[in-house]
Amino acid sequence: MSIIRSLTLLLIALVSLWSLPASAQDDDPGKALLANLAEAPASNVEEAINAIVSSGDPRARGWLEAYGNNRLSRIKDTGQVVVVLNNRGRDWEIANPLTGENMGDMSRRELDRVAINNAIRGQLEGILAMLDLNAADPHVREASAQDMMGKVDASLVEPLEARLELEENANVRNRIEEALAIYRVGEGDIEAVDVLAGSLHPRARAALNQAVRSDDPVLAKKAGQALGTIEQKLKLNRAAETLYFGLSLGSVLVLAAIGLAITFGVMGVINMAHGELIMLGAYTTWGMQQLLPGQPGLALILSIPAGFLVAATAGIIIERSVIQYLKGRPLETLLATFGISLILQQLVRTVISPQNRTVVTPDWMSGSLVINDALSLTLNRMYVLGFALVVFAALMLIMRKTRLGLEVRAVTQNRNMARSMGIRATRVDIMTFALGSGVAGLAGVALSQLTNVGPNLGQNYIIDSFMVVVFGGVGNLWGTLIAGLSLGTINQLLEPWAGAVLAKIIVLVFIILFIQKRPKGLFPQKGRAAEG
Amino acid sequence: MAVSQNWLLRPFQERSTQIFLGVLFAALVVVTFLHLFMPQDSALHVSAYTVTLLGKYLCYALLAVAVDLVWGYLGILSLGHGAFFALGGYAMGMYLMRQIGDRGTYGDPILPDFMVFLNWGELPWYWLGFDMAWFAFIMVLLAPGILALVFGFLAFRSRVTGVYLSIITQALTFALMLAFFRNEMGFGGNNGLTDFRDILGFNLRTDATRLGLFIATGIALAIGYVICRAIVASKLGRVSIACRDAEARTRFLGYRVERVQLFVFVVSAMLAGVAGALYVPQVGIINPSEFSPLFSIEIVVWVALGGRATLYGAVIGAILVNYAKTVFTGVMPDAWLFMLGGLFVLVTVFLPKGIAGLLKKRQKQPQTQEATA
Repeated sequence: MSIIRSLTLLLIALVSLWSLPASAQDDDPGKALLANLAEAPASNVEEAINAIVSSGDPRARGWLEAYGNNRLSRIKDTGQVVVVLNNRGRDWEIANPLTGENMGDMSRRELDRVAINNAIRGQLEGILAMLDLNAADPHVREASAQDMMGKVDASLVEPLEARLELEENANVRNRIEEALAIYRVGEGDIEAVDVLAGSLHPRARAALNQAVRSDDPVLAKKAGQALGTIEQKLKLNRAAETLYFGLSLGSVLVLAAIGLAITFGVMGVINMAHGELIMLGAYTTWGMQQLLPGQPGLALILSIPAGFLVAATAGIIIERSVIQYLKGRPLETLLATFGISLILQQLVRTVISPQNRTVVTPDWMSGSLVINDALSLTLNRMYVLGFALVVFAALMLIMRKTRLGLEVRAVTQNRNMARSMGIRATRVDIMTFALGSGVAGLAGVALSQLTNVGPNLGQNYIIDSFMVVVFGGVGNLWGTLIAGLSLGTINQLLEPWAGAVLAKIIVLVFIILFIQKRPKGLFPQKGRAAEG
Repeated sequence: MAVSQNWLLRPFQERSTQIFLGVLFAALVVVTFLHLFMPQDSALHVSAYTVTLLGKYLCYALLAVAVDLVWGYLGILSLGHGAFFALGGYAMGMYLMRQIGDRGTYGDPILPDFMVFLNWGELPWYWLGFDMAWFAFIMVLLAPGILALVFGFLAFRSRVTGVYLSIITQALTFALMLAFFRNEMGFGGNNGLTDFRDILGFNLRTDATRLGLFIATGIALAIGYVICRAIVASKLGRVSIACRDAEARTRFLGYRVERVQLFVFVVSAMLAGVAGALYVPQVGIINPSEFSPLFSIEIVVWVALGGRATLYGAVIGAILVNYAKTVFTGVMPDAWLFMLGGLFVLVTVFLPKGIAGLLKKRQKQPQTQEATA
């Protein structure tokens, strides 16, 4: 029985060998290389790997990676080496390593894993990195050189030096030199310390820390000095990072407050629903992205005018329906607009959802700008910072250079006089309020990239916004900019030792005390404008 | 009517005060009677739950009176009175917490449960003394009073008024809310103080104690109301109204405006603290959400709805709005914020004098001169 069965199997195997699409694949040198690897006894595996590496075959990386991940198998019957794509369940999906073509599913019982031991796997990492060092793309080369830092061993020194000779890209050269220097410092090479002295990479620091504890006093001293230099540099970089985050937080504050600087600062209207106008802008971005699925970038750009219009329209409705009847009664305006903010929040909760919505960040805004090993700046924050400055500049232009700006200033200084000069004060009120509200919408569009978009979004910013405007000096756009940026920076500076919440409390208390000292803010209005 | 020279007796000669006190005491007596002497299954029986609910409304009413004192008669729109209310509540909560003794989950005779949970070694210094009722009750007045004194001293001295003052009072309560949310503060963080057992030796969970607290709240409201009326009717009250209507002019007439403002503000804060202290044993919990700016601004709308500068209007507004809140958050919770928001808008736009203003218009005879304010 068993003899018959084995015979049948043999027959099937023979037939299947015949039926294989022969020719091209048989001539492929890769086939021999892989077979060599698969069949090599443990002592010869290294040799087989080296053969693959030195072949210069572009597919070598894929093979070795699969090998390292236990994904390289042999079909028991044919001896063909395959790559396992999916090893879940009984039937595994396999592919031809030579052509990359998918060979469908095969029962895992018919596959035989190409064995690998841990020693080999450890070496494989370095070997793979070496392979990447030969890649055409300098970014891949740099990344792989970076991966090698701290992983260089005696066997890699020679190929790395050879590579260094060939390398033309300065960044990659630096990386390779640092990787070699880390190894050499570990071996007690004093010269190599100089190479690491400028490096901010954590592995370089780790190597130097090791060296400080070495028995060689000269090496230890030199390493200590190098570490000192690195510490200095790190401190600078950390300061730069804090400043960046501070400015970023500040730009958010500026964006949130700048619309309020128009409605509250210039017009004197207390709009507690300002935060909800920001929220409307953020929801507009979300809505745009729902309308244009798959194109988050385009949707985001379109949201800028859309967010402005939505919030401005809401602002006009609020102004016409409530605020105009409460002229000259600021405390009542405060209460009424607070009521509006409650209604808007609940409206969003009822119509859309009480849960937060996700707004997608387009590709060109995600990721970060890497300055060096210790400092990388997130792109979305950078865009928001730039956006805040652009919005600020545009508002400045409108208030200073356009007829609307002139009329706004005239009406706020002396309403009756302005009216007798032929300015339609009511129209100016509407336009100004719409402008301030629209800017709040723009803030919402920008904020949707940084925080969660939810019904409470506006509430989180309303107190901060008022603080910024009051701190900067009511009616002064420059004051708002400087107040926003400086409060953001102060907050970030306090955060490391006080924690986020306490930092915020300290800033709030600081502003409360500051207002006692200078009730008109940092930059009080002077002259006639101050009397209004 | 002959006006008494004694400033404390003067309020009792006012018709509005007589009516208010009459209605309040009648309500206390009726509720007590219906609770104690009506059989459980009778439709007229007032359950212990309802008694506590009414007690809660009366606390809010006292808080609203305190806000009306500063807003209606001093012209200061405080958006931070919730902070004084909560501080009074925390002072009471700390006392009740210490009264639990070793009956807590962890059975520590001194440390409250949350401190054991957070591995605190010993009681922080500011908790000392709160095991004594008299000390705690003094702190109920002092904690909000001192905060109001310091804050008011700084603000009034530098003449921060109007909208600016409103916004920084809001910032104050917001900052306190953030602070009390922190576990490191030693006030129970997010969860606040709860699981109370006894007050002055009476079990908080019995109906008799609840009724007692309700009556105590009613009496506190009556006393608070009379104090406010007395202040308003006194010379100081006249100056305070003058400050409200024309601050600069009053100053030029030689009055020390900031002293008047400070006095009234501190009294108001203490009344708010008492309201908070009576509130905590009735609802059984105090947590940082009482500091939220929304709560503080809600108080203002009670006063606005009832009618500013009438005091009794504040009581009416507080009870009406909170009754509506109880009903609507139960029936359709989504609609409540719409209603509250709508209330803010409608009252300010269409009903600037509130319900009290409507009542007066009916009578066509102003009861107090402040009605014109």
